[in-house]
Amino acid sequence: MEAIGIVLIKLAFVLVFVLSFGGILTWVERKQSAIMQDRIGANRASILGLRVIGLFHPLADAIKMFLKESFRPANAEKFIFTLAPAISVFFALVGFAVIPFGDKLVLGDTVVNLQLAPLNVGILYLFAVAGMAVYGVVLGAWASRNNYALLGGLRAAAQMISYEIALGVTIFGSIMVYQTVDLQEIVRWQGAYFWGWLPAWGVILQPLGFLLFLTVGIAETKRVPFDPPEGESEIIGYFLEYSGMGFGMYFLTDFIETVMIAAITVTLFFGGWQVPYLAPDGFHFPWGSELLCAQWVVALLQVLGFTLKIMFFLWLQMAIRWTLPRFRYDQVMRLGWKYILPISLANIVLTGAAILLIK
Amino acid sequence: MNVHDKHKPLTWWEKTYLPGVLAGLWLTTRHFVRNMFAHTLRALGMDVKWLGSVTIQYPEFIRPLFPRLRTHHRLTKRDDGSPRCVACMMCETVCPAKCIYIIAEEKPDAPDIEKIPKSFDIDLGLCIFCGYCVEACPEDAIRMDTGILEISSYGRKGMMRDMQTMLALEPKSKRYVEFDDEGDVVSEPFVEDLD
Repeated sequence: MEAIGIVLIKLAFVLVFVLSFGGILTWVERKQSAIMQDRIGANRASILGLRVIGLFHPLADAIKMFLKESFRPANAEKFIFTLAPAISVFFALVGFAVIPFGDKLVLGDTVVNLQLAPLNVGILYLFAVAGMAVYGVVLGAWASRNNYALLGGLRAAAQMISYEIALGVTIFGSIMVYQTVDLQEIVRWQGAYFWGWLPAWGVILQPLGFLLFLTVGIAETKRVPFDPPEGESEIIGYFLEYSGMGFGMYFLTDFIETVMIAAITVTLFFGGWQVPYLAPDGFHFPWGSELLCAQWVVALLQVLGFTLKIMFFLWLQMAIRWTLPRFRYDQVMRLGWKYILPISLANIVLTGAAILLIK
Repeated sequence: MNVHDKHKPLTWWEKTYLPGVLAGLWLTTRHFVRNMFAHTLRALGMDVKWLGSVTIQYPEFIRPLFPRLRTHHRLTKRDDGSPRCVACMMCETVCPAKCIYIIAEEKPDAPDIEKIPKSFDIDLGLCIFCGYCVEACPEDAIRMDTGILEISSYGRKGMMRDMQTMLALEPKSKRYVEFDDEGDVVSEPFVEDLD
């Protein structure tokens, strides 16, 4: 057991990490879409004439949301209506407890495990938390007493539960390869090398699994192209009656889930905190040269590598969101049940056969 | 894609959505990388011709206007400073929006001019900027070449323009585009001097 102080510091680090990513994603979303479409994007919010390429916009958005009235319809279920956004954010955030963002940090006599909760059922915990995420949406939609919100909530429930199944099944292949569900162990497993030089990242062993998982993961975030629950152009969706910070929390949840999907993708398929050729005592390149460095430098590089990988997948998810048109509701369901689920099952069979052959 | 290919059944590979998705991502990523490169170079202080965006940042930068664009009306003057308008009511009659209100009066001292306007009001809130008044005018007394586009007000009364206001307006401002010998536009978005 680690000292309570260390746990609190790690907790603060993870929360700040995730929330600042979530906040800054609102800016990234506007700015990246603008650059992709030959526009300039948000750049007007200024403090003392200082604009810093629009980086004050998340701040301005937050202030706006805090200051706006949180209106509650007269017929809404008061308690659940107030609670639902918090449930939504809560289950999006707690998933990060098991994501390892580094190996170990040795400070004198204390060894800090750079993972908030070293849980040996890591992936199962993630599924459980992701499964609960639908409650925030459905409860909020139902408590609003609004037909359109309820429609959005129903769509969200159907879509998220459908893709929940596919989400689990797509990862089975990886679990069969790694032979563990502990995320820290999974990342350590990916520290090996094929033929001495190719990092044994999950994507090399499970390319199909990676593709399916990313698709299902994007569907889980309820963002375009999988946004029938929100359906901005038709029903406004489950948060229709929310304003002010209630809406802000639902809004933030989507972005936190985006970070979550990026983090899980990196952990399972792109070596988590593994930096190629970085061993606990420094770099050992396959051509024989070495570059040794202190343990805390290694830990720092691992956290940095993990962050960079997450940033790449955030970029990719944003690029997909601003490239593809949205699916119709029946198309979402057909893709989930008739294509992704059978292909995932086939992936399990193929992986099993391959493991059997190799052994 | 040709029109007759429109209903061609998709191949198996196309049905997986993957080629379509990848082609789309390739297009948007290409734009992203190119524009990001231009923005980065400019942030480093280099003068790059390819802008990285097609946006003109309006209040600071103004797009040059074409000379034929119809903008805020003005009334032209004679050499002695009196309005050229002879209150013939042609413009008021032709105006499809009925936004011109002229009250005529006699001009006793001038031998060849019988009438001048006592008042000449235009309600820009009604005006549709069709330019018929300019075409109808036999005296070339009204023109729409001031280059003034930003016409706004907090109320309907603020949209009214009287004769003195329109007489005081100058013709072409430096907001207009310039052309080279081959007729191509040479001027770029510019910063306006705010006096």
